[in-house]
Amino acid sequence: MFKILRKRELAPDIYLFEVEAPRVAKTANPGQFVIVRAYDKGERIPLTIADYDKRTGSVTIVIQALGASTRVICSFEEGDSFVDFAGPLGQPSDFIHFDPDKINGKRFLFVAGGVGAAPIYPQLKYLKERGAVLDVIIGARSKELLILLDEIREKVDNLYVATNDGSFGYKGFVTCVLEELISKGNQYDQVIAIGPMVMMKSVAESTKKYSIPTIVSLNTLMIDGTGMCGACRVTVNGKIRFTCVDGPEFNAHEVDFDEAMLRLNMYRSEEQKRLVDIERKHHKCKIGRTM
Amino acid sequence: MGTLKSRVAIAEQSPKERRSNFNEVCLGYNIDEARLEATRCLECKKPKCVEACPVSINIPLFIKHIKSGDIAEAAKVIDLDSSLPAVCGRVCPQEIQCEGSCVMGKKGEPVSIGKLERFVADWTIKNHLELTTKSSKRNSRVAVIGSGPAGLSCASDLAKMGYEVTVFEALHMPGGVLVYGIPEFRLPKSIVEEQINQLKRIGVRFELDVIVGKTITVDSLMEEEGYGAVFISTGAGLPRFMGIPGENLNGVVSANEFLTRINLMKAYQGDYDTPVYIGKNVVVVGGGNVAMDAARSAIRLGSNVKIVYRRSEKELPARAEEVHHAIEEGVEFCFLTNPVEILSDEKGWVNELRCVKMRLGEPDSNGRRVPEPIPNSAFSISCDMVIMALGTSPNPLIINTTKGLKSERWGGIHVVNEFGKTTRPGVFAGGDAVTGAATVILAMQAGRKAAAAIDEFLRERDSKHFNFSSAN
Ligand SMILES: Cc1cc2nc3c(=O)[nH]c(=O)nc-3n(C[C@H](O)[C@H](O)[C@H](O)COP(=O)(O)OP(=O)(O)OC[C@H]3O[C@@H](n4cnc5c(N)ncnc54)[C@H](O)[C@@H]3O)c2cc1C
Ligand SMILES: Cc1cc2nc3c(=O)[nH]c(=O)nc-3n(C[C@H](O)[C@H](O)[C@H](O)COP(=O)(O)OP(=O)(O)OC[C@H]3O[C@@H](n4cnc5c(N)ncnc54)[C@H](O)[C@@H]3O)c2cc1C
Ligand code: SF4
Ligand code: SF4
Ligand code: FES
Repeated sequence: MFKILRKRELAPDIYLFEVEAPRVAKTANPGQFVIVRAYDKGERIPLTIADYDKRTGSVTIVIQALGASTRVICSFEEGDSFVDFAGPLGQPSDFIHFDPDKINGKRFLFVAGGVGAAPIYPQLKYLKERGAVLDVIIGARSKELLILLDEIREKVDNLYVATNDGSFGYKGFVTCVLEELISKGNQYDQVIAIGPMVMMKSVAESTKKYSIPTIVSLNTLMIDGTGMCGACRVTVNGKIRFTCVDGPEFNAHEVDFDEAMLRLNMYRSEEQKRLVDIERKHHKCKIGRTM
Repeated sequence: MGTLKSRVAIAEQSPKERRSNFNEVCLGYNIDEARLEATRCLECKKPKCVEACPVSINIPLFIKHIKSGDIAEAAKVIDLDSSLPAVCGRVCPQEIQCEGSCVMGKKGEPVSIGKLERFVADWTIKNHLELTTKSSKRNSRVAVIGSGPAGLSCASDLAKMGYEVTVFEALHMPGGVLVYGIPEFRLPKSIVEEQINQLKRIGVRFELDVIVGKTITVDSLMEEEGYGAVFISTGAGLPRFMGIPGENLNGVVSANEFLTRINLMKAYQGDYDTPVYIGKNVVVVGGGNVAMDAARSAIRLGSNVKIVYRRSEKELPARAEEVHHAIEEGVEFCFLTNPVEILSDEKGWVNELRCVKMRLGEPDSNGRRVPEPIPNSAFSISCDMVIMALGTSPNPLIINTTKGLKSERWGGIHVVNEFGKTTRPGVFAGGDAVTGAATVILAMQAGRKAAAAIDEFLRERDSKHFNFSSAN
């Protein structure tokens, strides 16, 4: 069992959990993820590692209540436990293999949408410690859905914020800010985009025009996360790749996003049915502790 | 003796009944039936059946004990050579192993060796017969990586020898293919659970959710956590795809995905959260046990199912009993047929499988006739789900993260002898990770052989250590 040490509400329906998982904390690297199961009949849910502390043996995840399983998780409190917390899975971010001089003084632009702001945090931390220059664009639908702004501001050189409704920062999409920064003459050695598939797709289209190397972190469907089922397969550079073992980070300009977006919807009708079932159950019995 | 030409009939759920449930198909012999079937064995002096059993169980002897009604004694005989009889009695390809060579098969039906083995094993479980006594404690720790039949049998033997054994498993449930692949209707999960509980009772520790190569490494186990030896039994779980257009369309899944959702995640039971998509018209591509399991699971979830296989019925690699059951349950077979493309509707969902007709050409180096496409024979099967059951290969994770291990070109772990010794001292490997996808009985045997080799390795190491310290 993996105990929840700390829970924090970051925004409506978005929570941060610090979880006791010493083995995972010990070997975690930026860019990797875990698979958790909330209770013994629950699904295996992939979540990006948002922070880790090798000393205390804790791993932080940030999770948005979307469907049945994520809602149950978000109802957990400090002291509750996950039955399973497996990881770190996937490949670490490419830059952990870079020579220090390939990071020191190099300019990185991060583009994060929604809960995507959480997984960029360990990457920022890692790069900052090694002298990179960091610009970050964070986007959300509206002001109250922006998360981790203060934590991120601390680690970066320039922070730009965009909201769809203009309730904070620029009004519009993160890609508008991206286009503006580039057209103003900002040069970047590397763009890293993490967020909803559509957002990553449009970032990829923008940076391709300017030939800026770009990495995205794909949030495909997954089951085992160890390469055994193929549910997470995507087409990258014309080849089938498994997101859980070959990714989750890929060269954005080689990903077939249209296919990846279609595949995300594969279980939509089953999931919606399930959500209705679970909500009915929530009213009656104990699985859904009240939020 | 040996008067009955045909086997004693065994109770099964009727095809109609079992099409709508996941309960075990074959209900097993009762004691009277088992004793009657046992009388068919001639107790051959040079038993062909034993030669054909990969682990050489003393078949005539255990059957003799069944005849006389001493099931506990029969269990002890089997236990000498097999640590998973309840599993192997159910899933061994008996028709090409023990039963395939039984002399009774020459004139009538072979003795039902598998069913008798299963009877003995189930009886052992039901009567809580503990077969093994643990020997005195040995001061060494062994790590077993992967909890399929190879890992379980290795852990079992080592624990009985007195070692402190920990099994590390990537998934949240131990059992390997026995829990995530083979469906309940062929191998009830309670049986696998019982095997695992037996191990726990003799002191084997299980650490789940640990992906060796990610969470920890073989190196860290040996260098930091004090394990004197490691047995790698990580199986061959990586699914293959065909590489034809349309394979990533919605509604196209690997058999591993489909079976994992159903078996491991129990998606077919209402109170579990994992979803499973079920087509109305499902095509399963392949002809092995995996294809049969996927097809028969889909039948139970209400689909019409066709199996597309590129060779003919004779070459089907699946167990004969599964093919027979699949046909009874209404699975339709399209032999000498190979998919070339998958097409979809405008929403990206599969709606058509393009195939070509095949014929069998010259035999290859293994003597199997190679299927080749017949020109201009393309045709379509309309469907809303395609399940790919094309085989699996070993996961490269451990090879890539362990110092001093050599691999075969096709991805298997290279071993230097039949006891699973690898190129790195103290590290042993066996099962599908070494052979590629094979069978439960071979994986079990590899686990037991490695256990013997690990014992020898640790004793040798200790005695050297002892000599060294006494010399000082
Ligand atoms: C490598 C990886 C890292 C991830 N990291 C995080 C993270 O740090 N925080 C977080 O909140 N989520 C993350 N996700 C997504 C998360 O796993 C899904 O939101 C979760 O599985 C949904 O489960 P559910 O049962 O609650 O919702 P479901 O009922 O399965 O789905 C609810 C809705 O969300 C959509 N959906 C389902 N899965 C995904 C997905 N993978 N991405 C986008 N939409 C999806 C469905 O189409 C549906 O509309 C990650 C996914 C992957 C593969
Ligand atoms: C659907 C299906 C049906 C089958 N039917 C039959 C049949 O009827 N008869 C028969 O004889 N054989 C059958 N087989 C084949 C048989 O199941 C295998 O040959 C056998 O299970 C191999 O055993 P193993 O112990 O080598 O590996 P597996 O059973 O594959 O177990 C390997 C275990 O290692 C774990 N693992 C992998 N990597 C890691 C890692 N890095 N760290 C930690 N753990 C890890 C896996 O999660 C898994 O639990 C079937 C196979 C399938 C898939
Ligand atoms: S282990 Fe398999 S081959 Fe050997 S006797 Fe039992 S069923 Fe037959
Ligand atoms: S070959 Fe058949 S008859 Fe002879 S010992 Fe074996 S099971 Fe009995
Ligand atoms: S999640 Fe199963 S192979 Fe990637």
